Amino acid sequence: MPEISYREAVRDAMVQAMRSDPDVFIMGEDIAEMGGSMGVTQGMLQEFGSERVRNTPISEMAIVGSGIGAAIQGMRPIVEIMYQDFTTLAMEQIVNQAAKHRYMSGGQLKVPLTIRTQGGAGWSPGAQHAQQLEAWFVHVPGLKVVFPSIPIDARDLLWSSIYDDNPVLFFEHRLLYPVKGEVPEEPKSLEFGKARVHREGDDVTVVATGRLVHESLKAATELEAEGISVEVWDPRTLLPLDEESLIASVKKTSRCVVAHEAVTRMGWGAEIAAVVQEEAFDYLDAPIQRVGSKFAPLPFAPVMEQYVVPHKEDVTAAVRRTLERS
Amino acid sequence: MAPVAQNQALTREQLVGFLQEMLLIRRFEEKVEERFRAGDLAGFLHVAIGQEAIAIGVCRALEADDVIASTHRAHAHALAIGTTPNALMAELYGKVEGCSRGYGGSMHLYDLEHGLMGANAVVGGGLPAITGAALSFKLRAEPRVAVAFFGDGATNIGTFHESMNLAQLWKVPAVFVCENNGYAESTPAWQQLPIDDMSKRALAYGMHTIVVDGQDVEEVHGAALEARRYAVEGNGPVYLVANTYRLTGHYVGDPQVYRPREEIREARQTQDPLEKLRATLDVSDGDWEEMERAAVQVVEGSVEFAKNGTDPRPEDAMKNIYA
Repeated sequence: MPEISYREAVRDAMVQAMRSDPDVFIMGEDIAEMGGSMGVTQGMLQEFGSERVRNTPISEMAIVGSGIGAAIQGMRPIVEIMYQDFTTLAMEQIVNQAAKHRYMSGGQLKVPLTIRTQGGAGWSPGAQHAQQLEAWFVHVPGLKVVFPSIPIDARDLLWSSIYDDNPVLFFEHRLLYPVKGEVPEEPKSLEFGKARVHREGDDVTVVATGRLVHESLKAATELEAEGISVEVWDPRTLLPLDEESLIASVKKTSRCVVAHEAVTRMGWGAEIAAVVQEEAFDYLDAPIQRVGSKFAPLPFAPVMEQYVVPHKEDVTAAVRRTLERS
Repeated sequence: MAPVAQNQALTREQLVGFLQEMLLIRRFEEKVEERFRAGDLAGFLHVAIGQEAIAIGVCRALEADDVIASTHRAHAHALAIGTTPNALMAELYGKVEGCSRGYGGSMHLYDLEHGLMGANAVVGGGLPAITGAALSFKLRAEPRVAVAFFGDGATNIGTFHESMNLAQLWKVPAVFVCENNGYAESTPAWQQLPIDDMSKRALAYGMHTIVVDGQDVEEVHGAALEARRYAVEGNGPVYLVANTYRLTGHYVGDPQVYRPREEIREARQTQDPLEKLRATLDVSDGDWEEMERAAVQVVEGSVEFAKNGTDPRPEDAMKNIYA
């Protein structure tokens, strides 16, 4: 099985879809000659030409909105919003338009639009180029939200997003682009709402997304040496959510930590905590612990940035807190 | 700015047909006002009384596969593009038989079968999607156009500028129809537009622009035919400014404290597109009465149809969220 990077995996899903389906095309800022600001679309202009690999003006509303219109007409556009901070500029089109056309029409139409975007701290861009805003979109009925943490999930979940008949927000993590993993050549359609257990464990369930999956796996390895068995549970899609598997895991371990890079307050982990206490309260041996960024904008100075965002040590500490009571 | 080309002379019969359709819209809108005031209709309603010639003039210039996006003031566009009065009235009554199955309401009319890609309650909200629909027609080499209706107020919002810019850049077959009625809700042009001449809005995009008297259906129709042909032949989009008058308030029940009574009275006397066309055609009183009877019959029938429609089940609210 070939080993490819997360970046190549994202590209592979688009390339394979475009090779087999003339309805799939991509558009976004700097995606053609430059190959995208993260290099994800490199080489695609050469293979598919400028009609299907479309550089756009810096116009997030028009990028998303024209994707919506083409999707309603039966195409399967993939639009790239260069940084997820810039989804804020397209919020009206995403929230009021993409998410609601099908509903408001009484089911007459579909919006098979994929909105790819990326973010993530750790390289000191400051406050406007590295936020993790995925929780905003989980709040909107009509959208689907995908956040892969490893190459195979990036490829197959993007493939599934392209062929989903609903608007999908597809979040990539900047720091994961070079991460390598085995990815079979043939794309596989994955059902949304199915978690991946990266590591099985008995003592604590760590619910993690994106970069924090990798931090949690490192934490789990460390804790294993002390005889603490950590299960690392990755939802892969935040909306829909695999509640069944989540609850089964927590019932098994009786402890739960939620870890994401987005700020903790009102983060996606708050929803996880609510779901777990509703469905598995009697199984819990300790309060659910949350790991996330501190409630501050992302600062520039590297020492401050590292202070704000969560790391392996934060996961380890949170796991220990759940064990203090037993 | 191009002069309005008279593509082909409309026959008297065609113009009488236009008048009949405009009259239907007028009587339909008046019925909506009446039923809202009677407490039959929920929600937020905006009627297009005074702007009927734009809806008919533009939509009669379109082909069956073309699509439009409308605004919060959508009833006229829906009727003009082919949504039946029954389906429209049923939607306003929140019935399953409504054009949006009761999920949309007055500001969210959809009728894909007839090319209505959605009315939009967000000012300027539908313009990007029209650009994208037109892009799909271009990519698939389909001889279709996508038409966005919007008001002068929408030319102040970002979606207008981003859509115009992108559409012209990519030369997609779109027509942007500005219904310039001089008011953004209650706010008059002088308080919300830094320029008087709305045609200038497209100058920075280099877009082919046509300006017409929106109260003259023949002129609107001729311009729309020209715009459609220009767009579908691959020359790029067209910005069509139709100067018009909103002869009612912004919404049904609007006391219109922001404009003098005299202004409304004068506009109603001099700028009614129905009266203008009726005078041009010299329609006799007898013929007019006949046309009135036909329109009223259809409208009354639509109310009857809507009232007898099926209420959605409350739990149907959980359907159609995802495909």
